Amino acid sequence: MRLTDEERAMLDGEQGEARRWAIDHQIKVGEMFDAIDLVLVSQAHMMIDPESVGDPGVSFLENLADKGAQVAIPMITDPRGVDLNYYRPLGQTEEMADIDRRTIVACERMGILMTNTCVNYQTIMPPVLGDHVAYGDTGVVIYCNSACGARSNFEGGPSALAAGLTGRTPRYGLHLDENRQATCRFRVMEQPQELTDWGVLGAVVGAKAGSYWEVPVIEGLDLVPTSDEMKHLGAAMASYGSTPLFHLAGITPEARCLTDVGGDSLPVQNITAADLDGFRSNFGGKGDKVDVVVFAAPQLSIVEMQAVARLCNGASFAIAVVVCTSPQVYADATRMGFVSTIEGAGAKVLEGTCFYNQYAREIGEANGWTRLLSNSAKIVNILGGYGYEPALASMEDCVAAAIAGEIQ
Amino acid sequence: MSRELQCHKGIGGRVEGEALVADDNFSARYDLDRIRGVFSRKTHKLFGQSYRDKILVLNTAKGGVASAWMLHEMKSRGVCPKAILFNSANTILAQGAALADLPMCDRFEDGDVTRLIKTGQQLIVDPKAGIITVK
Repeated sequence: MRLTDEERAMLDGEQGEARRWAIDHQIKVGEMFDAIDLVLVSQAHMMIDPESVGDPGVSFLENLADKGAQVAIPMITDPRGVDLNYYRPLGQTEEMADIDRRTIVACERMGILMTNTCVNYQTIMPPVLGDHVAYGDTGVVIYCNSACGARSNFEGGPSALAAGLTGRTPRYGLHLDENRQATCRFRVMEQPQELTDWGVLGAVVGAKAGSYWEVPVIEGLDLVPTSDEMKHLGAAMASYGSTPLFHLAGITPEARCLTDVGGDSLPVQNITAADLDGFRSNFGGKGDKVDVVVFAAPQLSIVEMQAVARLCNGASFAIAVVVCTSPQVYADATRMGFVSTIEGAGAKVLEGTCFYNQYAREIGEANGWTRLLSNSAKIVNILGGYGYEPALASMEDCVAAAIAGEIQ
Repeated sequence: MSRELQCHKGIGGRVEGEALVADDNFSARYDLDRIRGVFSRKTHKLFGQSYRDKILVLNTAKGGVASAWMLHEMKSRGVCPKAILFNSANTILAQGAALADLPMCDRFEDGDVTRLIKTGQQLIVDPKAGIITVK
């Protein structure tokens, strides 16, 4: 790889051991993907949930901090695995909380901002068109690539950290123009109505596209989706297809028209009502009993918190309900009374976590939760692998099921 | 008689070991019991088999970003494959291999690596050269 003088100095250890590790890591990854050089990035975002990091990962972070590691650019974090104000009631252990506490200390020593959010594009500092960034969390990457026109690969925790330390990332994949052109084309035949419909559309497109190296372009939408709708569309697409970028013809910034992304020369696949219904039929139906209702994945925006609070007003839940939001939204939702309304119905609002990366298997076993209902198409995909029987319904129907104890 | 397979230049150092092969995919988070070192997802073609100290030969990587930390965690405990060969790796597994210093290669010139190599064969993996020797 071609290195600048400054990058060469980093590799020679002149800027300390942490940066030497970081750029060495980036060169290894970059060479695997034929990157010719490194590109400057404006932000990094790291997934460091304790379940995947484990004790060896925390020790690695602490070791870097001991060596004086300091991030070179604004660097933020994905949701934590433990809400330190509420973990014992969920059946999470002191050991889990300690890994989280140590992770927070190590990150703060390196100058990392503990934002603990997967909706940073709604709450922190959204990237702009053409902005090169190094983001973790597939939902964050796909939203920022697609809705914002920023440029990021899926950066796992170690690579996001390396990018934070060097202020760069290897120039491969979605940092290059040629990899951002559409490779498959879909036409929507049934318009999405509410959030879950957008998630279902994303899931179906993701499953059909099917790989990191495919870029779907979608046409036929009558309306411009809101940020929350785009969030559910993207998060589900990335979850089912490992898809990091999509275009909406005439809507997203790189596809003002179909030809901008080369979509006009691609064969069209229709997404029909039968495709969408077929997907939904995998995830529960009327009369099914439910153990727990979860609103998460991605964390809820303040607008979603208001919507949930309206549905919860005066209700009384027969079963457990967990709502996950970011620390930024949590503060606003508390001040505006939404948290007290939601919890008044018997739910619990968690701050800075997301259900699936907070030891979902262990908390399911501790609480006897198997039959899980959510309005997130992403979470029902992930939790099938964690011993749950997941079901999918709209936000309104999820709240109705929480009151009745079964899907209405 | 040994033969050599050419692949894209990979990550990590030279290693020798026994192949464990399947025409299936890989997610450290969803497919493995990482404590016992076995494939634990019932629908995986290697279900029940130990991957410890084996050279895994699989089709592609899948799943989210969590696997990037997990290879390091697995290697730190010594319950880990010796190397992983894919037809096509993804960004996350390549990043995880770089952190863990776990040899990883992909993109084989002669086609589907899960057909080119059979379970039980002894391999020498040389990622820097992009050559796998089947002994």
